[in-house]
Amino acid sequence: MARYSVFSLAAKALGGHRSWSRAWRDPVPKPAYDVIIVGGGGHGLATAYYLAKEHGIRNVAVIEKGWLGGGNTGRNTTIVRSNYMMPGNTMFYERSVRLWEQLSQDLNFNVMFSQRGQFNLCHSPASLDAARRRGNIMRANGIDAEMLDRAEVMRRLPYIDYSERARFPILGAVFQARAGTARHDAVAWGFARAADRLGVDIIQQCEVTGFLRENGAVVGVETSRGPIRAGKVGLAVAGHSGHLAARAGLRLPIESHVLQAYVSEPLAPMIDTVISYGAAHFYISQSDKGGLVLGGDIDGYNTYAQRGGLPIVEHTLGSAVALIPSLSRLRVVRQWGGVMDMSMDGSPFISRTPIDGLYINGGWCYGGFKATPASGWCYAWTLAKDEPHPDNAEFTLDRFRHGYQIDEKGAGPTPNAH
Amino acid sequence: MTRLSTGGRIDRARPITLHFDGIKLAAYQGDTLASALLAHGVRIVNRSFKYHRPRGVFSAGVEEPNALVHLREGARGEPNTRATSIEAFDGLVSHSQSGWPSVRRDIGGLLGLFMRFMPAGFYYKTFIGPGRGTKAWMFFEHFIRKAASTAQPPMLDDPDSYEKVNAFCDTLVIGAGPAGLAAALAAGRSGARVILVDQDNALGGSLLDQPAGGAGDAWLQSVSDELHQLPNLRILTRTTAFGAYDGEVYGLIERVSDHLATPPEGQPRQRYWLVRARNAVLATGAIERPLVFGNNDLPGVMLASALRSYLNRYGVLCGQRVVLCTGNDSVYATACELASVGARVTVLDLRPTLPEALLAQAKAAGVAVRPGTAVVTAHGRRQIRGVSVATFDAVTGRTRGAASVLSCDVLGTSAGFTPTLHLWSQRGGRPVYDPQRLAFLPNTTAVPLMFCAGAALGEDGLHAAIANGFAQGAAACIAQNIGTLAPPALPSDGWRREALMPSAILAQTGDAAMPAFVDLQHDVKRSDIDLAHREGYVSVEHAKRYTTGGMATDQGKTSNVHILSRLAELRGTTLGDVGTTTFRPPYTPIAFGAIVGRELGPHFRPTRRSPMQDWHQAHGARFIDAGAWSRAWYYPQSGEDIRAAYLREAAHVRADVGIVDVSTLGKIAVQGPDAAEFLDRLYCNAFASLKVGRLRYGVMLRDDGFVFDDGTTARLGETEFLTSTTTANAGPVLARMEHLLQTAWRSMRVQVTSVSDQWGVIAVAGPKSRALLQTVCTVDLSAQALPNMAFVETQIGDVPVRVHRMSYSGELAYELYIPAGFAQEVWQILIDAGAKPYGTEAMGALRIEKGHVAGGELDGRTTLKDLALERLASRRKPFVGAVLRLRPKLEDLARPSLVGLEVLDRQTPLKSGALLFSGGKPISGHGDGYVTSTTWSPTLGGPIGLALLAYGQGRIGETIRCVDLLSGTNVACRVVAPCFVDPEGVRQNG
Amino acid sequence: MLRFSCPVCGLRDETEFTYGGDATLVRPAHDDTNADHWHDYVFLRDNPRGAHREYWHHVQGCRQWLVVERDTLTHAIGLVALARESRP
Repeated sequence: MARYSVFSLAAKALGGHRSWSRAWRDPVPKPAYDVIIVGGGGHGLATAYYLAKEHGIRNVAVIEKGWLGGGNTGRNTTIVRSNYMMPGNTMFYERSVRLWEQLSQDLNFNVMFSQRGQFNLCHSPASLDAARRRGNIMRANGIDAEMLDRAEVMRRLPYIDYSERARFPILGAVFQARAGTARHDAVAWGFARAADRLGVDIIQQCEVTGFLRENGAVVGVETSRGPIRAGKVGLAVAGHSGHLAARAGLRLPIESHVLQAYVSEPLAPMIDTVISYGAAHFYISQSDKGGLVLGGDIDGYNTYAQRGGLPIVEHTLGSAVALIPSLSRLRVVRQWGGVMDMSMDGSPFISRTPIDGLYINGGWCYGGFKATPASGWCYAWTLAKDEPHPDNAEFTLDRFRHGYQIDEKGAGPTPNAH
Repeated sequence: MTRLSTGGRIDRARPITLHFDGIKLAAYQGDTLASALLAHGVRIVNRSFKYHRPRGVFSAGVEEPNALVHLREGARGEPNTRATSIEAFDGLVSHSQSGWPSVRRDIGGLLGLFMRFMPAGFYYKTFIGPGRGTKAWMFFEHFIRKAASTAQPPMLDDPDSYEKVNAFCDTLVIGAGPAGLAAALAAGRSGARVILVDQDNALGGSLLDQPAGGAGDAWLQSVSDELHQLPNLRILTRTTAFGAYDGEVYGLIERVSDHLATPPEGQPRQRYWLVRARNAVLATGAIERPLVFGNNDLPGVMLASALRSYLNRYGVLCGQRVVLCTGNDSVYATACELASVGARVTVLDLRPTLPEALLAQAKAAGVAVRPGTAVVTAHGRRQIRGVSVATFDAVTGRTRGAASVLSCDVLGTSAGFTPTLHLWSQRGGRPVYDPQRLAFLPNTTAVPLMFCAGAALGEDGLHAAIANGFAQGAAACIAQNIGTLAPPALPSDGWRREALMPSAILAQTGDAAMPAFVDLQHDVKRSDIDLAHREGYVSVEHAKRYTTGGMATDQGKTSNVHILSRLAELRGTTLGDVGTTTFRPPYTPIAFGAIVGRELGPHFRPTRRSPMQDWHQAHGARFIDAGAWSRAWYYPQSGEDIRAAYLREAAHVRADVGIVDVSTLGKIAVQGPDAAEFLDRLYCNAFASLKVGRLRYGVMLRDDGFVFDDGTTARLGETEFLTSTTTANAGPVLARMEHLLQTAWRSMRVQVTSVSDQWGVIAVAGPKSRALLQTVCTVDLSAQALPNMAFVETQIGDVPVRVHRMSYSGELAYELYIPAGFAQEVWQILIDAGAKPYGTEAMGALRIEKGHVAGGELDGRTTLKDLALERLASRRKPFVGAVLRLRPKLEDLARPSLVGLEVLDRQTPLKSGALLFSGGKPISGHGDGYVTSTTWSPTLGGPIGLALLAYGQGRIGETIRCVDLLSGTNVACRVVAPCFVDPEGVRQNG
Repeated sequence: MLRFSCPVCGLRDETEFTYGGDATLVRPAHDDTNADHWHDYVFLRDNPRGAHREYWHHVQGCRQWLVVERDTLTHAIGLVALARESRP
């Protein structure tokens, strides 16, 4: 398989690009694997890659019911950051950013991680205080963060409404320079190609319909292409964790909700960073193609349909124009939805389950995309060693039983409030 | 290209002038920018996205992939606007938005030479290095971003306004072509409330592309007249149904003023209609598919139907030497009409044998027909000059053999029609491929309340569309006795389809020399699809994302089917197996501002105002947002800053008497025989034992045992309580109470009612508060008559007032509950009696001195124990959260708990959000806790704070460092009990 | 946008309501001291893909809590009833 570089591209170009081979094979499922990962999104593919790369476990299959990266990997607003303040989250997300920083070279696939920085705007003294706490925790944990005052925000983001008529004033911001955006599809494809190269079988169009059980333990999966045995089965199907786990008889601390995202018509570079507007839960950046990419709240009710409604559209576009009034005449090209695993404290699970042989990676709420590499890295560790790495030690399924809630918002066990 | 001297639907009596890149275009009212450009012979309107190839007008409708321009100037500028959808008005200014130095002569066109080095996805394989990290990519990205789009970003505020309308109807008919008109008539005659919408500026749809003044017009006139007379039917033209949503809700955008230079006085630019319908008829027609061949993007290569539209609607002949290439009958009318105005027309028909009648018709009109042939390649550099023609092999779906060259100045192609099912697909409908009709068609039961009609349903020809539309309209309303509708006296243009690959990709070669584009707007070539397939991106979603085909602003209206059918071919399967992708709203791009309407600037979110707001405003208060409320923050006197003002205000409270507006507190009336028991269950402390006439502070937990809210409750009677909540939780607490009472505790006889807005509340605090109040009311306020945590009713002026004796500041204090409409009157009486106002900043300073918890501490992550409120938790009764609050991790003493902090040097200010570290420990990790609230204590004359500190209550007296890494400060503090003033409560109880 | 036939107010937009989650969960008795019961009630969900009984609060209307049958895959709405009148 050709290594990607400007030289291989040039060489292949002279042959009309006819000699490129498949980025990953299309294997027939083997009867058994050491590990089966259910779900061919970014997290599942990353897990398989790190199992092979870090732990030498290569007899691995990733089983995907549709096409790779077809869930939230291909539907998100591509923001990467590590500004988490709760113990249990902070270093996990920082591990992720550090993996992101090397990912294109690691995978030999340009995932276009662009460290253009992220602003968290503050609108009241109380929100400045909360931001300062967050920023201090980041800094004390070796993560970059700066507190910017209003004048500095005005200098860096001149297009925002700082006038008296703005409903919510901009008092300052916490800025993380190492945050940014990445090309979402490339992450799935890059991990798939790299995992495949290490021997992982990536099996698309294969739906897991149930679990093979022996003495209570999970020993494989039933699929639309027949049963496949495995030493360990790891779920990585965020959005659909609930109903898949139900097939193993598990109830999860998760509800599925839809989050919408939007892209505008393309523009020449205008917003060269990521902006989060705390007053209205809204975030915006600009893709390399020029479209503004924006998102807001979840619609707020359980759903598995990948579509949302107009009230949230109004909310999100309203936030955009409130923040940057000149966007009024700009047009939205596309609006879509993805199904989120909303957990009971807003934080994820990378954990064993009460069932032997079955592991879970899910509950990512809004935060799954940025977590992709660390999620795969930690999940691989957990699967390989049967115990968590310190960075995912708190992401257990039974933490609520012990009173451990990793609640960045303080919203309590109300999934749609996180 | 020329404007014909007669014909068309333009108003020749109203000549106007348009501008494009400084060129004056003579046009008429009724033109579009595209028709004016074509009439003027402007071929190159844009440069392509990736390779900067010249592009011209391709279609006559919303499917336009090429002719995107920057419309208008300055604050009204609109990038990426389709010239085909812009109604002309006098003085219209437009610019090309790509190409340097000009769109005609673009240096970027040299990129075409490097086309072979920029295949689909080339950026995934390159720009990875040199070096590790993201530096290299970000260097290249800078230039890629600049090259990707040159559309001018909007930097000026929109001068226009927008409106929103909520509408309701029985049947929404979308599309006012023949099928939609028939459907609206059937539904309208039944008496149902009907809304008929069309994106065009007139009714008629495809009838408007028929020659003006013919039988089609007569039919259209009569139907239109009848529709306009139906009182139960509303017609909205220039209105696009952009989205279909659950609950039969549709979003429409009406372009009220976009066809004018500026909106008329008092009129919005656009109007957003939110329509709730019982059901809808989708009569959205079909979009023509082009053919794909070498150089198929040259200016002058157009959709065949567009040639007809420009001829019959705008009187514009797009070329003198016309070649039409097709595989169906639909272009023959076009061919004959073009020939009749003097064009030399050749039809290349992919079908080897054609009906005699068709051939005879063509011959009579002077149209040359070459059966069994097709275009291989278009020729020309800046516009089409000719085409290579070869034999078409229906078995392989390719041309074969030697090609001959035919010169032409315009080429129209048609590979059939794709039903417009976007709205149906948005609702989750998955169209099924019909190999007979060569189209993805709706499965009619998938979206039960949406009826597809006419061409959207795959009906061929005018008569069939009208009959079907009428039937669907009738079905939507279960209509009876609605008569019939005769079609126009036109030959039904039902036409034959032949089984050929519906995308009919004709190009034999896909290399850089003769690129064949499947997606014009995103510069995606057939060879890109082939490469995607070769590399394993074989699912339609992968291929689209890898190549970006179908993902431009036109959402693939003319390109999707090519991508699908090429994939089907490569995969050796059928189009049905490949499937299609889901359409997403909006159907065509919609302006942010239209959806936002009037909810912008200060009206983005409602602002709640206290009943005393006017007084605060009139007396120079500065305000601060607290949730939705705008609250008086401080009242500066002659040049005071916030610090000087709040210190003065707070000191005055400690020494004299101040008043503060606390009307924002939530207030809930809890009434009924079981009210006491209800509060007992809800709050962690007891309420059943509260005596009538007394107050009690209470804390309620969430089910998971964390603190939810706190507040004071007054027992007004045996069965009646008035509970207060924090400002932020007024709504959630009430909703919680209602939930419990209506679900798990439904047998309890309790009624809860929000009375937050009914009461204005003024806190009167300070050692002289009793004396001041005693001067304005007659009731005995002595400590014996009214001890702390009791209330009494009285009058101030003429206003009935309930006086709660309770303290937040730690001083002798009262809260006055006043009917909201009279609150300001009482406030003024207190001011006149000598009280000084204080704002929320001083209030905060006083409560921090007293060690009361507020937002900084009640952040949804703290327990009773954390807040040193454990003593409140009753051991004698169950309460909400009682069980889960005792989970082991929540009992851990290492959890940070509430302490006070005094800065050792009594100088350096403390910062909320600073982290706590003890003496010699390195500054890393999460520290021992953090500072939650800070102030400058007017009483202690130095900075103090509240903090949550691990093992906090056991560390009183210890010195700790408060570290704010963001400002580089490190302040040594003494840990103290969280009450700095009068810990015994002598003042408040005095 | 979802629309609900509130038994008190008639057919109304989703924007008048707030969501209250799974209505099949049975709250433990108020004096139940078993932490597992409370844990399961507060934290665990069936989260079905398909038929779902759920609470909606007509917060900007009659302030009644409703039990709504809604399909989480199609968003089709079935019965809507007052919570106080439906089976627990």
